[in-house]
Amino acid sequence: MNIVRSHVLVCGGTGCTSSGSEKLISEFEVQLKKAGIENEVSVVRTGCFGLCALGPIVIVYPEGAFYSMIKPEDVETIVQEHLLKGRIVTKLLYEEAVSEKNDILPLSETQFYKKQQRIVLRNCGVIDPEKIDEYIAFDGYKALGKVLTEMTPEQVIDVVKRSGIRGRGGAGFPTALKWEFAAKQPEGVKYVCCNADEGDPGAFMDRSVLEGDPHAVIEAMAIAAYAIGSEQGYIYIRAEYPIAVKRLQLAIDQAKEYGLLGNNIFDTDFSFDLEIRLGAGAFVCGEETALMTSIEGFRGEPRPRPPFPAVKGLWQRPTILNNVETYANIPQIILNGAEWFANIGTEKSKGTKVFAVGGKINNTGLVEVPMGTTLREIVEEIGGGIPNGKKFKAAQTGGPSGGCIPLSLIDTPIDYDSLLSIGAMMGSGGLIVMDEDSCMVDIAKYFLDFTVDESCGKCAPCRIGTKRMHEILEKITSGKGTMQDIENLKALANSIKSSSLCGLGQTAPNPVLSTLRYFEDEYIAHVVDKKCPAGVCKDLLQYTIDKEKCKGCNICAKNCPVTAIIGELKKPYEIIQDKCIKCGVCESKCPFDAISRK
Amino acid sequence: MAVKNTIPFRGTPQQEQELQDVIARYKDCAGATIPVLHEAQRIYGYLPIEVQKMVSEGLNVPLAEIYGVVTFYTQFTTEPKGAYHIAVCLGTACYVKGSGDIIDRIKTRLGVDVGSCSNDGKFSLEATRCIGACGLAPVLTVNEDVYGRLVLDDIDGILDKYLK
Ligand SMILES: Cc1cc2nc3c(=O)[nH]c(=O)nc-3n(C[C@H](O)[C@H](O)[C@H](O)COP(=O)(O)O)c2cc1C
Ligand code: SF4
Ligand code: FES
Repeated sequence: MNIVRSHVLVCGGTGCTSSGSEKLISEFEVQLKKAGIENEVSVVRTGCFGLCALGPIVIVYPEGAFYSMIKPEDVETIVQEHLLKGRIVTKLLYEEAVSEKNDILPLSETQFYKKQQRIVLRNCGVIDPEKIDEYIAFDGYKALGKVLTEMTPEQVIDVVKRSGIRGRGGAGFPTALKWEFAAKQPEGVKYVCCNADEGDPGAFMDRSVLEGDPHAVIEAMAIAAYAIGSEQGYIYIRAEYPIAVKRLQLAIDQAKEYGLLGNNIFDTDFSFDLEIRLGAGAFVCGEETALMTSIEGFRGEPRPRPPFPAVKGLWQRPTILNNVETYANIPQIILNGAEWFANIGTEKSKGTKVFAVGGKINNTGLVEVPMGTTLREIVEEIGGGIPNGKKFKAAQTGGPSGGCIPLSLIDTPIDYDSLLSIGAMMGSGGLIVMDEDSCMVDIAKYFLDFTVDESCGKCAPCRIGTKRMHEILEKITSGKGTMQDIENLKALANSIKSSSLCGLGQTAPNPVLSTLRYFEDEYIAHVVDKKCPAGVCKDLLQYTIDKEKCKGCNICAKNCPVTAIIGELKKPYEIIQDKCIKCGVCESKCPFDAISRK
Repeated sequence: MAVKNTIPFRGTPQQEQELQDVIARYKDCAGATIPVLHEAQRIYGYLPIEVQKMVSEGLNVPLAEIYGVVTFYTQFTTEPKGAYHIAVCLGTACYVKGSGDIIDRIKTRLGVDVGSCSNDGKFSLEATRCIGACGLAPVLTVNEDVYGRLVLDDIDGILDKYLK
């Protein structure tokens, strides 16, 4: 092996790839060659570092210099200055990672990383996910070796049970119970499945794990298979995640080549094989029974439970299904012990949770924190607060099944039970921050629009009920709502929750109920005053030109697509409200900030 | 039902051969329908009834079942895409950052509805859910190009590039 003196880590996650990291890698190769040091420096494409907002990100070791928002033009400077002459290019560094004395701070001391604890993401952004040797060098497949050679299946389940880990896919069901149930079924064909469907729009934790550390999931699935007595596994992953699919397939192929998948693993009589199945864009396929129906090749419609999948799942055989993040914890639990894991987090929620933090927040990206961390710590400290000096209004967790947490509850510790008690839920880890410019009725309508779209249509309460709720919300946001509509919403919500077949319908009304619980005054403003306090709902808005500020430049009139703006040059212009389609072009084009919406 | 004008099916013998190879590869594998449809869509770009028939015959699965699967999953499309396929992310992170206004702007500018293709076959417009680049929200893609951290004013410039 070549001895290299520096490693250049370039993030190859979806976020940074979208902001151009592939170009950086080829540019580094060109520039290193030009400088004649291509054998001394290695360029590694890693998984996500977490701070997606500042992508593309490049870290140079051994110094640990964290360069952010790097453009291809910057690469030459980094190669010439840093890699050739040893002078770190301070002006390209992430500012938080530079101390007042201009020294490089370790990443673990920056605001963004200080309160994080990385178990699930420990290898993301550290190893090259396309090389199994790197995973192995970081204790990879050691847990599988230990399980197969030193432990019985019962002992494995016992460790998982004592660790207290609960499912990270949303519901928080104790993982060990599921495994135990499947293990107790009579011997025969059993299946182990991984839910990588990640349907919550705006969440990307599972994708980052698969892109950054795919072997961790493979290893964990093999451990689960040993525990329940299965020889075949399936990973059901969204087709919208091409990079993750590619790395996962590569990882499976490499594991097979190394004999870590296939027959007689570690020379024992345990055999396990793994296949990828692609989803095709249906949110309901994240539901466990629908997911299995989809793997079987049919329309992904849920079916009633019982029988539970642990008894009759895929192809009518006992099956366990766990989420990507749940699996990614397992090898660490085996290696470090149940007590280690049970010491992290709160009494009933053990370990850490990864959140995809997005929306109106400075540091959008992936964060992993111990359970029990408060929302305030995530938003204000790790997330770096709200941009443009705006005020925090609410955070939404759990996506279309979840609810929102208002400012008054920002000190709530984040764990399964506290969130449920305030009408939100942990969900799979999407955490969207909203500021004063977000309209809560509009957000509720947004999620209902999503569920109406995604309802599979099998049962009436969900298929018809969510549509009716959406219509009522349409009515309210267009200024035609009545107080009775609000009552009807509540009644509908409760009957849909109690009578739908699967989790999709049972949770679909949550965004409405939770916004009604904390922001009923906003609903009332839409209904009674016919106003949208946040200035979002178009039908309740008016664009007006401030006569004082307008200089009569004609730019707005020229840009208005429906010629709704009239006036004479150098005199104040005016908007004809009947014609205006409220597209907002004029507001964004006015050089004098003379146009406002109310 | 409104009848849409669609571009007539123009599959080539090479494409058909490729599909038949795929079918042969998956034929004996349990739950083959969805993987084969994914491959078929990769080969043809979309799944018109002609292609569904080939899959149905090849896998010996009733056409009605194939059609049921194709229409259930949003990734499968029976409409061809435009030369430039614009996908605007309407995931939550992008939505709270104003992607709803962005898609409206594109609709007005191009006169194309969400889920359809312009008459000249040049542009098609789609609303997607999270493409996983939430850190860059709001995001849109035109074919393989990704545009992030958008503001409304960027839209005209982006479209101009492809209108030429
Ligand atoms: C409509 C619906 C969508 C779901 N989507 C997902 C998903 O995208 N990813 C996931 O892991 N679990 C999802 N779940 C939860 C799964 O049904 C299941 O509980 C979970 O995958 C079990 O894994 P866990 O115990 O490790 O959490 C969804 C549930 C419902 C009802
Ligand atoms: S609740 Fe909705 S998604 Fe679930 S089975 Fe019924 S119709 Fe389908
Ligand atoms: S919500 Fe748009 S990329 Fe995730």
